Amino acid sequence: MLNLTAYKRQEPHPWSSCLVFLAAVLLSLAVSAILLKLQGKPALQGIELLFRGALGSRWSIEDCLIKAIPIFLCSLGVAIAFRLQIWNIGAEGQFALGAIGATWAALTFPDQPAYLLLPLMAVMAFVAGGLWGLVPALLKLRMRANEIIVTLMLNYIAILLLDYLVYGRWKDPGSFGFPMTKTFSATAIVPKITGTEINWGLGLCLICGMVMWVFFRFTRKGFELKVAGENLNATRYAGLPYEKLVCFVMITSGALAGWAGFIEASATINRLQPSIMVGYGYTAIVVAWLARLNPLTIGIASFLLAALRVGIENLQLELQVPAAFGGIMEGMILLTVLAGSYFNEFGFRLRRRS
Amino acid sequence: MNAELIIPLLAAAIQSGTPILYATLGEILTEKAGVLNLGVEGMMITGALAAFVTAQVTGHPALAFLMAGLVGAVVGGIHALVCLWFLGNQVVSGLALTIFGLGLADYLGTPLIGQTAPGFDKLALPLVHGIPVLGPIVFQQDILVYTAIIMVPLVWFFLEKCRWGLNLRAVGEHPEAAAAAGINVLRYRWIGILGGGCLAGFGGAYLSLAYTHLWTSNLTGGRGWIAVALVIFAFWRPGRALLGAYLFGGVMAFQLRLQAVGTHLPSSLLLMLPYFLTVLVLVFSSWKSRQTDAPAALGVNFEPND
Repeated sequence: MLNLTAYKRQEPHPWSSCLVFLAAVLLSLAVSAILLKLQGKPALQGIELLFRGALGSRWSIEDCLIKAIPIFLCSLGVAIAFRLQIWNIGAEGQFALGAIGATWAALTFPDQPAYLLLPLMAVMAFVAGGLWGLVPALLKLRMRANEIIVTLMLNYIAILLLDYLVYGRWKDPGSFGFPMTKTFSATAIVPKITGTEINWGLGLCLICGMVMWVFFRFTRKGFELKVAGENLNATRYAGLPYEKLVCFVMITSGALAGWAGFIEASATINRLQPSIMVGYGYTAIVVAWLARLNPLTIGIASFLLAALRVGIENLQLELQVPAAFGGIMEGMILLTVLAGSYFNEFGFRLRRRS
Repeated sequence: MNAELIIPLLAAAIQSGTPILYATLGEILTEKAGVLNLGVEGMMITGALAAFVTAQVTGHPALAFLMAGLVGAVVGGIHALVCLWFLGNQVVSGLALTIFGLGLADYLGTPLIGQTAPGFDKLALPLVHGIPVLGPIVFQQDILVYTAIIMVPLVWFFLEKCRWGLNLRAVGEHPEAAAAAGINVLRYRWIGILGGGCLAGFGGAYLSLAYTHLWTSNLTGGRGWIAVALVIFAFWRPGRALLGAYLFGGVMAFQLRLQAVGTHLPSSLLLMLPYFLTVLVLVFSSWKSRQTDAPAALGVNFEPND
């Protein structure tokens, strides 16, 4: 009798990760179609609306790019932490803190010229997000507290802190009771790239992505980080400064998510309000893992998941599908890719059973 | 404060602690088998929805409760499939499960927001409900509170005294050795994950059937994550899980009371309390715990060597 057995490949299969991703997307689309059908909506038309809404026009592609900016920045941060096997689930909270930091600067110095105010906002976002990331790092190192849970709890706390500010202290008296700050002054708004709706956050993404690539490829610290992440025991034997690396990684991670919050508050909604929190921080984790923590592929995956969000907005508009649809698809894609990665590492052969 | 305030508060503490207790016991079971499942929140909320819909359709709360356990186990089964068969990363898989579960429950539950379903009412236990102080706090609750309390010694007995439980723990401590001794590692990990999913589903069912009787979006509100933290606080022991869950229930109930009374503190600051407490409790218990409390093979996949 023939028997199918798995064996470990010496090298990952060259094309399989692409194939696995495609298969994951197809499977998720199929399940989504079933879910649409279950709610009595036309399934095929739904899928078509999803694609057309995301990639059907110049306007929608620009929208994808705008949404890809915060996802990319958060994801880059998450990826650095994951490289060291530090499970930073806190991009969402660090994003919120970044937005809060930038807003503080924008509301306190509204009359400063843009060339002073925008850098100040960026610095404040960097500091606030970075410190919010440093807290779990210190708790992990000093008290052995699990960073997954601490970062997650800090997400909830950060969102409530943001609520507290916009419902109280920072509420615009002219907002008719809506929880939001005043619209930022013109000098506190990141400008758009001429001729498009896309803001210069895209430039920031390019720079950060490049720096990250160079960092991992050419610098000593980047190399240390890679080694430490792959083998924690080797880290100890080689005398690498593990504690410093953890702090460095979490500050950078938090600061990048903070910048995403800054861009989102400044360029996209021009003020701070609770609706700024749409879960980019969680999408970033999906992206980082799909992209296998590599800056270039993070760019591609950020665009794709941003496109998914834009497509679902269209679906929401045309078929009244709840926005939660996005969560289902993100979760499914990630789960199938995780399972599918098995086929990168293992091959199969038929064997005669003795 | 006088007894008229304290007794309802403590009774409310037990109520809001019960869903966390179910989920924490479940996660203890899963982690004892050496699998980390961060999908508790996702399993809880899908369980809650399953219970709610079943109760609405059939009108039988007991059936709804069991349905929640079944659905929780099925959703947990996805994690088992990804991690046990396909050797996916346990941390990421659990997270994906939470994202998926929250999305699914939100998507399917949106049309139900604001609707009610038949659930469990308070059931005073004969004889003991009359005991002063203790009676109104513990013995005038709904039946799900009692079953949760019974679960604590059951899980303890299973893990400490039962042959299957010992095997399950062996698999969580040293899977290679367990396999060498002829124990089917994957089978016991399946049991741990499915059992944990079932209990998380029960916890969700408590929220929709007994705690609120009505469907709102984001019903679980991070309770699944609190359960994951409580496992560490409990040092993986069911008895301490009870303590931790009721402690959290107390803080949540206290926070709700304060809001109802109307303090000058903004509600967003009060709502932070349970999350702050989670961090505090986690820091404190991680600092005190020894490395040996955690199952040694927690989070490490078992690769069958060919």
